[in-house]
Amino acid sequence: MALTAETGGATRTPAPDPAPAPRSRPPKRNLRPPWMEAPTRSGTALKALALILVVAAVGYPFLGVIGTSFASQEDIVRSNGLVLVPDHPSLEAYRTIFTGGVVLRGLLVSVAVTTLGTVCSLLATIGMAFGLSRPGVTGSRFLLMTALFTMLFNPGIIPNFLLVNGLGLYDTYASLVLPTMVSAFNLVVLRSFFMGLPQELFDSARVDGAGDFRILVRIVLPLSKAVLAVISLFYAVTYWNAFFNAMLYLDDADKWPLPMVLRTFVLQGRGMESVASGESPAPLQAAQMAVLVVAVIPILLVYPFLQRYFTKGVLTGAVKG
Amino acid sequence: MLLLVLPGFLYFVVFHYVPLTGYVIAFKDYQPYLGYADSPWAGIANFQAAFAEPAFWSALVNTLEIAGIQLVFFFPVPIGLALLLNSVLSSKLRRFVQSVVYLPHFIGWVVIVSIFQQILGGAGVLPNLMDDAGMPSYDMMTDPGAFPWLLALQLIWKDAGWGTIIFLAALLTIDKQQYEAAAIDGAGSWRRLWHVTLPGIVPVVILLLILNLGQILTVGFEQIVLQRDAVGPDSGEVLDTYVYYHGIKGGDWGVSAAVGLVKAVIGTALVLGANKVAHFFGQDGIYRGADR
Repeated sequence: MALTAETGGATRTPAPDPAPAPRSRPPKRNLRPPWMEAPTRSGTALKALALILVVAAVGYPFLGVIGTSFASQEDIVRSNGLVLVPDHPSLEAYRTIFTGGVVLRGLLVSVAVTTLGTVCSLLATIGMAFGLSRPGVTGSRFLLMTALFTMLFNPGIIPNFLLVNGLGLYDTYASLVLPTMVSAFNLVVLRSFFMGLPQELFDSARVDGAGDFRILVRIVLPLSKAVLAVISLFYAVTYWNAFFNAMLYLDDADKWPLPMVLRTFVLQGRGMESVASGESPAPLQAAQMAVLVVAVIPILLVYPFLQRYFTKGVLTGAVKG
Repeated sequence: MLLLVLPGFLYFVVFHYVPLTGYVIAFKDYQPYLGYADSPWAGIANFQAAFAEPAFWSALVNTLEIAGIQLVFFFPVPIGLALLLNSVLSSKLRRFVQSVVYLPHFIGWVVIVSIFQQILGGAGVLPNLMDDAGMPSYDMMTDPGAFPWLLALQLIWKDAGWGTIIFLAALLTIDKQQYEAAAIDGAGSWRRLWHVTLPGIVPVVILLLILNLGQILTVGFEQIVLQRDAVGPDSGEVLDTYVYYHGIKGGDWGVSAAVGLVKAVIGTALVLGANKVAHFFGQDGIYRGADR
């Protein structure tokens, strides 16, 4: 298939000059296979419009939240509540939320839980996935089924609550990690990746005298960086956003992670009295948006680095799951 | 080797299988201070009590309504978006749009609900604009009638982009020569879409549709629990929140455990049934894929 030629009997519409379609770049010649019609102007414009709308629908709220967090009261009133570019940018909102102590503590709890939780989850998932990925482990089929069956049912809220209570985990940080430590989905993704590694690698390492653990650390893990990155991201995001466990198992508001703090501050409007009563110079909405920014920034920071691995990770799971 | 497996295995046993025994309290008159074993048996009284309660039926109806609206209005969006993305020839532009639309998937519900509050809520952008335009301002976040639609809208914002991944992958597996052959036979772009593209993704669509049907009793707990109070329990209560508010908040352990058990059993049956049907169609899809 020659990609360069503009010929080909299939060009039904007499190719209009694809040059200046407003608001969209003219497609480069070599991108379009020769049999495909040249895009009409209106078609290109419609497509561009659709894409712009989609990107704006996602982007506008993000930019609005960030802009508002730096805005002054006038800015907020003038732009109906969501400021894209504040006229009088200030850091007042951030100063306010971090002096209260509650947001800072929530942030610390969230960072600690996310870090430790992700490490625990990764260790348990890697161990189990590796152990079940090689042939010849006694009972591996039974062990795998035990994990996979959990995808079919969910014990439900009450039994989980009673269990966590019974284990003495109620109102502990461990209750934010343990009940959701291993995801069967991630386990399947990782296991099928491990299974795809060539058996020869393992055989030769074993001939050289390496044990299971050494093979895992020296050979398997270095080869799995990409898939491990995706799984870490999935786990980390889950812990970072987790709010269900905290709502269910934490009684003491001092232990609340950021999403719980966020809920009381932003959705229920409580705990912001100093701001609302005008004691603090920052507008209430700016302070609320600043908390949102704090909650979203870590995700925005790691996202670009991991984004290219998504498709791979998701699809491996979909095929096998 | 087994030692490596052990922590994960223990996790699944302790946090997925052991709790199942907790459902015993659905058949008991559970008193927290007496514990599982010593609470008196209640037979099926808890189930009778639940079924006699209008709140349970209302929660069930709400669940089905929300799930139904999501199925009809959320499900097609990722397909359309995937087709749009697939038609973008420039891979740079496509990848940019993909990165943007995948992003909301990683944002927690608390943040998303807060953002929606800021835009649609009482003091938000939309009511302010309507006010300026002289219209009566409308707060969608507290309108009970609009609740299922609000949930669907939020779900679309969060996950429509992420949902395209699987359809885009299916679109990639379609043989390019089919398009070329169709074009040479005189099929225009719409006919190619209809006769080549859609048949190519139908197996995946059917598979996901069936799997979704299996999940019909489970609508997002976090998303709903955050907004239930704004619209009130009459339209904001679903099965999961019913269990939470009546059991853990209200102390009505036995009855809500009974509701939870009913939901879990029907839900599992639906998922199993869906998997069976999907297997049937899935086989078909793989077979046709291999045939080309």
